[in-house]
Amino acid sequence: MANYLLIPLLLLTLSALSPAMAAADGSNILQQQCASCHNLTGPAATKLASLWQRKGPDLFYAGNKYNQTWVEVWLQQPGRIRPTGMFYMDHIKAGPKRDMVDQSTLSEHMKLDAADARAVAKALATMKANSALIKDEKHDPDMAPGPLGEMMFDKIYGCMACHQIEPGYGGITGPEIYTAGKRLTPEFMLSYIRSPQAWDPKIWMPNKHVPDTNRQKLVNYIVELSKENFNE
Amino acid sequence: MNKYLLSMTLTSLLLLPAISQAETAADNYKTYCMQCHGMQGNGMGANIQDMSVQPRDHTDAKTMSGRTDAELFKVIKEGGLAINKSALMPPWDSTFTDNEIHDLVKYLRKLCKCKHAG
Repeated sequence: MANYLLIPLLLLTLSALSPAMAAADGSNILQQQCASCHNLTGPAATKLASLWQRKGPDLFYAGNKYNQTWVEVWLQQPGRIRPTGMFYMDHIKAGPKRDMVDQSTLSEHMKLDAADARAVAKALATMKANSALIKDEKHDPDMAPGPLGEMMFDKIYGCMACHQIEPGYGGITGPEIYTAGKRLTPEFMLSYIRSPQAWDPKIWMPNKHVPDTNRQKLVNYIVELSKENFNE
Repeated sequence: MNKYLLSMTLTSLLLLPAISQAETAADNYKTYCMQCHGMQGNGMGANIQDMSVQPRDHTDAKTMSGRTDAELFKVIKEGGLAINKSALMPPWDSTFTDNEIHDLVKYLRKLCKCKHAG
């Protein structure tokens, strides 16, 4: 083939390939950039020594845990979800009135551009370990707790001991709860409240033995709470 | 005799996973209790700022000696409500084995340097 035909053909082929080549590979990003802090393969820690080594949440069941849209947005503007980091004992120090967060020990999460965030969120959505734990969880959005929701969360089940229901109010060794309704799937929340240890055998969240009806109400309280805009 | 030895070996192997998963009381206290009861066990944990009821000071010999070992076991296993105390103290029955809870009770007695006064 003459050169004057071959070169345009080659350029045409390359230009057709380039969008595909440029598209971010979420699985590859996860392996290259996330695996050093996140468990991508399971299983969860079964010994405290392993739990203490955890640098970020386990992601091998991310597709069953997170809302994909939230992941994509968060990865572009990551903010702190756990006020005391991953394992609280690594990030607190004795204070005059109580143990305090040692901010100097906390580090920021890496930020991704829009294309990479979309690709990673898509890849995470396919990671669906522990599906058996949520297959029978049926979320009923009509079981609204009304004004009792906060009382259930704060007083009856004492969840507020470890979780914040608004910025600066509540416990700090668990993840903030006021964004959980956007972050987590209702089925995951139902299952995790049913048995935290089924997902994470050594986690420091206890099983409060919440009856089915009240689990629905707690989850609906969390979903409603997340509709408030705490950043305004 | 050989059959006896074989049986003992197999039994030991079966028990091994359960034994190897037991944690020390100090490690359990650090992981689960310090978040509310504090790094020094004095009730001044990182979570207490907005609590309506403050966690027990485990170094307070006077108060801790008012509790029997059975009561301490019960409150760890079944939570505060089980002994008419706050629901903020959760039940840890899905986290600890009974043996681990017994070890934690002994650990609390070391922290308060006390026994039940009764």
